[in-house]
Amino acid sequence: MASSETQPGRTGTADLAGLEAGLDALETKEAAERLPVGRILVTKVLPPIVAIGLVLAIWQLVYVAEVQPDYLLPSPLDVGDEFAEMWRQGTLFEYIWTSVSRGILGFLIAVTVGTPLGLVVARVKLVRAAIGPVLTGLQSLPSIAWVPAAIIWFGLTNGTIYAVVLLGAVPSIANGIVSGVDQIPPLYLRAGRMLGARGLTSVRHVLLPAALPGYLAGLKQGWAFSWRSLMAAELIVQSPSLGTGLGQLMEGFRTMQNMSGVLATIILILVVGVAIDLLFFSPLERRVLRSRGLLARVA
Amino acid sequence: MALALDKPGSDGGTETEFAVRLDHVSKSFGRPGKQQLVLDDISLDVAPGEFVTLIGASGCGKSTLLNLTAGLDAASAGTIAVPGGRPALMFQEHALFPWLTAGRNIELALRLRGVPKNERGPEAERLLTLVRLTGAYGKRVHELSGGMRQRVALARALAQDSRLLLMDEPFAALDAITRDVLHEELTRIWNETGVSVLFVTHNVREAVRLAQRVILLSSRPGRIVHEWRVGIDQPRRIEDAEVSALSVEITERLREEIRRHGQQ
Repeated sequence: MASSETQPGRTGTADLAGLEAGLDALETKEAAERLPVGRILVTKVLPPIVAIGLVLAIWQLVYVAEVQPDYLLPSPLDVGDEFAEMWRQGTLFEYIWTSVSRGILGFLIAVTVGTPLGLVVARVKLVRAAIGPVLTGLQSLPSIAWVPAAIIWFGLTNGTIYAVVLLGAVPSIANGIVSGVDQIPPLYLRAGRMLGARGLTSVRHVLLPAALPGYLAGLKQGWAFSWRSLMAAELIVQSPSLGTGLGQLMEGFRTMQNMSGVLATIILILVVGVAIDLLFFSPLERRVLRSRGLLARVA
Repeated sequence: MALALDKPGSDGGTETEFAVRLDHVSKSFGRPGKQQLVLDDISLDVAPGEFVTLIGASGCGKSTLLNLTAGLDAASAGTIAVPGGRPALMFQEHALFPWLTAGRNIELALRLRGVPKNERGPEAERLLTLVRLTGAYGKRVHELSGGMRQRVALARALAQDSRLLLMDEPFAALDAITRDVLHEELTRIWNETGVSVLFVTHNVREAVRLAQRVILLSSRPGRIVHEWRVGIDQPRRIEDAEVSALSVEITERLREEIRRHGQQ
């Protein structure tokens, strides 16, 4: 290129660089500032605490008004005493761990089965036509419906519990990756092909990372299904050799007509489900979405 | 249809006389008996280092032609020869992978090309510097402006080290100021790298601003109607009188083609 600095109306190389730097600076958005800790407390932490407080207050009011006798509707304090009792006996974490360890193991098996299954259904037309609808149908089948069959197959063993968990979680994880793959913009696959990605290279460098948000949503749902199915199974499958999980604990309280204990167990089941989601899945999902610019920081 | 794909650089010293040759290429879509002809008997050479723009109204099969040349689709008849190996393709949307940083996007292209690991980082930095985005290595795609994304996309296309760069309306979605700057950038990079460019657009001025040769396609089916050699010296500006004059001439011809469709 001929030297152009002297020509009027022509942009020299240095001018062009400056112009471009200016455009870049003008068009680049300032990174959103992190909210101060005080504001996070007020906007994120306070509302759920207030909501829980309100529920407890209403509960206490209904109890004081004696709408139902206290063996049917115990007070929040009675339920709290149940927690305190389990804490004193040192059994609280034992119950929780029995269930959570089963839930996690079942979930991990479901992931190893559901992921390749979902990939095959998503990518192979024939397989999709054959078992795609079944997979979706299985998702709407309540997993408790599998319990009688599982007991006949496996008896009152851990096998029954895991069978029910897998039948609940595998379809939802597989469907998660199917919808994750379906939602990939075709442009990414074409771009990948143009860059020379074929076959397994394409799966590894384009398909899997592109499907990750949908896959994570599927995993999250898969965990919810695992946990639900586990509770259904534990409620019914009772045997001294199986140890006491939360479901068995609750069934034990029911046979003793201990309403406080039943309510305390329901709260535990809820807390564990929410905690695993809040501590593990939500941060992971948010991180992935934010790094792709798919999650606007709430101002 | 035969698509000749040699390894880049395998032809070493023997310089071919073209970067891409389309020989009587036709393309139809639809099932047999109810076919629609999209491209009709297109013969076209792009010389090594040449910058050619294809221009035409909607339905002229411009994008189809690029897809065929890129090897993303197969021609119904005729042959396409790309002696320099798999061409690089730049889309209207940046098509950068949002799960990777700008630098990693380029490194992925290098990796798929077979560049050894320890050379990828410096090479990605070099390409980012070439498109004047030296500090952008660690930036995520969504943190970049539209113009910056297209420059990273250009750097990623160049990372393929292909001798032929196909561009499918790459600046159509940009604002006029940015587009103008990117025209200058592209001209500069084309000069520096000596890559051959086949550039598709429906913007006549853009075509004249950039190209050494402008080819006009008719619509439904796409046929080559006319071709202009652009003898205006680079650097050009889109506002130049000569660019305007030729643009007026090409636009007249383009409108004639479009009117024909209303009369049928």
